[in-house]
Amino acid sequence: MTDLALPPGLVLILAGLLLPVLPGLLRQAVLLAAPLLTLAAVWAVPDGPQLVLTYLGMEIIPVQADKLTRVFATIFAIMGFAGALFSLRQDRIAELAAAFVYAGSAIGVTFAGDVITLFVFWEVMAIASTIVVAMGPNARGASLRYAVIHFLGGVLLMIGVAGHVFQTGSTAFGEIGLASWPQWLIVAAVLLNAGAPPFAAWLPDAYPSSSWSGMVFLSAFTTKTSVYVLIRGFPGEEVLIGIGLFMVFYGIIMALLENDMRRILAYSIVNQVGFMVTAVGIGTPLALDGAAAHAFAHIIYKALLLMSAGAVLYETGRSKCTEVGGLYRYMPVSCICGIIGALAISALPLTSGFVSKSLISSAAGYEHMFYIWLALTAASAGVFFHAGIKFPWFVFFNRKDYLYLHEGRPKDPPWNMQAAMILLSAICIGLGIWSAPLYDLLPNGAMIKGHVYEAYTPSHVLNQLQLLFFSGLAFFLLLDWMKRTTTITLDVDWLWRGLPAVIRSMFGIGWALAWDDLVDKLEAAWNRTLGGLFRTHGPEGTLARTRPTGAMALWMTVLLCAFLLFSFFQV
Amino acid sequence: MADHKPQQPPDHWLVRPETIRVIWIVSIVVLAILVALDLVIKNDHPYFGEQAWFAFAAWYGFGVCAVLVFVSKVLGFILKVRDDYYDD
Repeated sequence: MTDLALPPGLVLILAGLLLPVLPGLLRQAVLLAAPLLTLAAVWAVPDGPQLVLTYLGMEIIPVQADKLTRVFATIFAIMGFAGALFSLRQDRIAELAAAFVYAGSAIGVTFAGDVITLFVFWEVMAIASTIVVAMGPNARGASLRYAVIHFLGGVLLMIGVAGHVFQTGSTAFGEIGLASWPQWLIVAAVLLNAGAPPFAAWLPDAYPSSSWSGMVFLSAFTTKTSVYVLIRGFPGEEVLIGIGLFMVFYGIIMALLENDMRRILAYSIVNQVGFMVTAVGIGTPLALDGAAAHAFAHIIYKALLLMSAGAVLYETGRSKCTEVGGLYRYMPVSCICGIIGALAISALPLTSGFVSKSLISSAAGYEHMFYIWLALTAASAGVFFHAGIKFPWFVFFNRKDYLYLHEGRPKDPPWNMQAAMILLSAICIGLGIWSAPLYDLLPNGAMIKGHVYEAYTPSHVLNQLQLLFFSGLAFFLLLDWMKRTTTITLDVDWLWRGLPAVIRSMFGIGWALAWDDLVDKLEAAWNRTLGGLFRTHGPEGTLARTRPTGAMALWMTVLLCAFLLFSFFQV
Repeated sequence: MADHKPQQPPDHWLVRPETIRVIWIVSIVVLAILVALDLVIKNDHPYFGEQAWFAFAAWYGFGVCAVLVFVSKVLGFILKVRDDYYDD
């Protein structure tokens, strides 16, 4: 290739690095223009490797495109724009800068043609997203834990990539498969970022600690780049089906227990990514298209839900279900947009979730995987239950009136935040009605080739409506059981957040005294040893003392005299 | 004395008991229609025989949600702690 091709993600990364030094209005212009420019750059890259370099004898391909790349890069760029529009008024410029670098490196991952470029962008993502988390109020602990988990993932990925390159002799990033341990390490690192067990707890720990705008960005990139890497590298690996289904139900049940609205949505991310991971595990062209389509649709409606939640947090400063509620009459735009996002995530017909999620459950159906299909259908009902109704109900309704009116009447957020929500709502409904643009984007074209799939058949629509409406009935009949309590729910992160304190408390005062005693004794023994050494080897010690030269001459004379005397007596 | 009582603003129309009653009635009618439609609309290409059971999606959805609530309730007894449990 002769013409210079740069990774499209660099546009966003450079814009992000520039943001802190730009003055107010220019900064807002760059915030809105950079993602659109990136989108144009994404579509300007033709298929195939565009830039091939050699580094230490290894082939590096920073820019390589195909249809799968374009699906993810497109939605990442769109998300960058919507997120920027939503957070125009965020005062912490560092958060916006980090968010742009984060989004740009996520796009960089999708264009990576080799595993080394993949690793580099992966790590930049980890660093940038840590900064986004850290910009939240009181997010110090959460961001440190987030950084530790993700750098651990980076180490796993590094070892896996090194082993993979060593074993295969090739750096190319294509289908990797699970042949031996380096590949298992790569998949472990990728699944860690996807929010898979056993470390899924990092996600509901870190994301809700970010600011009202930070979580909108965070929800989109880390987990979905993982889905992208799984689709490209590990299609049809059956182990992913089990992991995905676990994530689906883990997300639902933890979200049902949760009180904080943004933690509900965080668990819901794990749930939705579980659908995608399951689809990658099924691995047929239809299932892989389903995973890509669902990632595309999910990014939009999850961002929309988080914008709605972010608007509530921005206006009221509260995010617990027990403290909000009754906001429907004060924040109608946020309420309606939140409901549209909730219906889209529930896959109601005429929303984007319906046209994407149906591909996944149909793929299970076509493969005659009865129990997997049954579990996915159950999960669809559960999604409506935990995110589709629970979120809007407890945030915007539930009470006749908002509890804290004495602090001032909450109102809908500024125009730019409303515009971002309305834009994403329009995409959610638009794709639900006119799904052709989304289906055309998909890499395998499974729905277009031979008309394998048609989302809107009467029986399919009826089944989905029955499933959702009767889940809704169950919600309102069991409402008493769903009452929110001011609690949090322990997750795996208890192992590193709670367990140390428990161990500490097991050692009472007796242990502390014994410990002090032991430390004292050890210290005394140490000082004794040190003192002894000092006496012999110190500057004034016996062995280190300096002696006058005369003394040596004197002793030499004494020795020689003795020698003389002995020689006389010997004769 | 009654004059000093603070004036309670009227409830928003959406939360008045009459409106809620209407919402319940409409919802129940919709649910009934959805189940009844099962007699009319047949699934031409079911993946599995179970899908042909009467109103499968309706009772399956309801049942699954009831089970999920029950499971989360039981887990809640073990896993729920005060929200200032972690001191950071």
